[in-house]
Amino acid sequence: MSIALTLGPTFFHWPPDRLRDFYYRIADEAPVERVHVGEVICGKRMPFSDPVWPEIIERLERGGKEVVLSTLAMPTLPRERRAIEELCADGRLVEINDVTALPARAGQPFVAGPFLNIYNEATARFFIRRGAHAICPPVELSLATIGAIAMACPDVAFEVFAFGRLPLALSGRCYHARLHGLHKDSCQFTCEQDADGLVVETLDEQAFLAMNGVQTLSAQVQAVLSPPAELTTRAIARLRLSPQTCDMVVVTQIYRALASGEIAPQEALVRLGGLELPGTLVDGYARGAAGVLAAASA
Amino acid sequence: MTAQQRMELVCPAGTPATLRAAVTAGADAVYCGFSDDTNARNFPGLNFSPREMAEGIRFAHGHGSKVLVAINTFARAGDTDPWRRAADTAVACDADAVIAADIAVLDHMAQNHPKTRLHLSVQAAAATPEAIGFYLEAFAVRRVVLPRVLSVQEIKALNSAIAVETEAFVFGGLCVMMEGRCHLSSYATGRSPNLNGVCSPPEAVSYDESGQATTARLAGFTIDRYDPGSPAGYPTLCKGRFTAGGKTGYLFEDPVSLNAGTMIVALKEAGITALKIEGRQRGKGYVSEVVRAFRRAVDAAELGRDSVEIEGILAALSEGGRQTTGAYRKTWR
Repeated sequence: MSIALTLGPTFFHWPPDRLRDFYYRIADEAPVERVHVGEVICGKRMPFSDPVWPEIIERLERGGKEVVLSTLAMPTLPRERRAIEELCADGRLVEINDVTALPARAGQPFVAGPFLNIYNEATARFFIRRGAHAICPPVELSLATIGAIAMACPDVAFEVFAFGRLPLALSGRCYHARLHGLHKDSCQFTCEQDADGLVVETLDEQAFLAMNGVQTLSAQVQAVLSPPAELTTRAIARLRLSPQTCDMVVVTQIYRALASGEIAPQEALVRLGGLELPGTLVDGYARGAAGVLAAASA
Repeated sequence: MTAQQRMELVCPAGTPATLRAAVTAGADAVYCGFSDDTNARNFPGLNFSPREMAEGIRFAHGHGSKVLVAINTFARAGDTDPWRRAADTAVACDADAVIAADIAVLDHMAQNHPKTRLHLSVQAAAATPEAIGFYLEAFAVRRVVLPRVLSVQEIKALNSAIAVETEAFVFGGLCVMMEGRCHLSSYATGRSPNLNGVCSPPEAVSYDESGQATTARLAGFTIDRYDPGSPAGYPTLCKGRFTAGGKTGYLFEDPVSLNAGTMIVALKEAGITALKIEGRQRGKGYVSEVVRAFRRAVDAAELGRDSVEIEGILAALSEGGRQTTGAYRKTWR
């Protein structure tokens, strides 16, 4: 069984032109089978990106990519709930990131995203009975744990969050607005200024976290670089690569070369390290440790 | 559900002595958990053995109070039995309800103990009519503990759209992140609320007194720094002082705790069935004092007294430590 690659949804508030340029290039050049599109973090951003998704989806599908429509992780407003319902009615695969979407999508195939709390095989089986077709478990789970769940659920594809700043938390409060002395309701979209999220340092100037509106991510960049045999042994079928502003086509090429056994983990680490990344590489979660621990292939 | 019955006061108990103190001080219900990682306050020296739970429930029932057992972490992959056993034990102890977040636990309860009330933990982060409707349809939950991200107006709209009781936090620790969806603690320390029932765990904490200041660290990360003579706080990750975009401060949340005492009347009008006090890690003296004050405040609210009078009743609780009404007021966001 070969390992498939997924490009996860973009967490950041990229302007429509940037989104278009980014996904057109992915469509043409990135060796990934599946691409997630759609706003996941903040419903207030949707009016900006909504107009460009149809052409992006068309271009990706023309490029032979399977498109997955990702849905909001923390819907509250009626408008956001309606958006989820509409996306769930689509014939394409949909990614569910909040239980809110479950009734609208029940019985039809969906991807269970990392914002759902699927921590064990009993919960995974419940979602599979309701239509889960692929599962990307919460980022804090180790490969061993994901493997234990995957072994117990042989009919679905398990996906590991393998690259990008780690999605660590969501809040009702917008931290970008708070930082700029604004309220969420009149936020002025200051999150747009930080295309990789804004790094949060400790008082001792140590990079630690990153803010992205209502989301908190790691400052460091996840890099799970397991040899393909290890993933196959653990019944892990897919790797999820999460968009950052670095050259994502090169990132996907590195993971493709790693997954096909062309290069070793150590070489993949060196190549990733040569890119303009927003933070150092970590993989502690994959090893069952603190997420911030430096990537071990070094 | 827009409930017009008397609001229930739900109080924390980390030990049998605290349970008795809360009941004596006027708690309508007490919530507590077993001494293991099945509950979200898994701290050394806290919580109940099965025998203590049975005795505590007998005591509470004898005084007209209920006991709600929290089994609200997420069951370990490949080792889900302890969570099922905890649920079975709670039922055997005659618990009035089980509070759960993990679908594995909810499903086990719905399949095997349909007669025991099931409350959806705040850790499940259900905040929309659709999400709550799902938990109602799938597991027949009787009450939903609301995430601390909703304003009172949103709670009112939500309650008019759902057919299940809702419980809201009124006092104690305040999560600024949506509960049950926060991995900050495991990112720094390897241990988290969902996996281990702990946040910013004590074994990862260190205080470094050097030069002109005391530095509070979590797993080596500086969370805050204090001048000599000023008391050093516990380094809870989201309430630390950090720098971003050239600004230094409490970027996520100030070191405050929740006190929505002034909003009891508004919460009742928004259709809330039960008010919850946080603090299973607190001692019995603290719990007694807080429960007694809230007992009087809730009774005053039920008698139609205004929020100025209720504020007066709760005034003593605001001494020392800064407080906020959190997301209940929209400007918090």
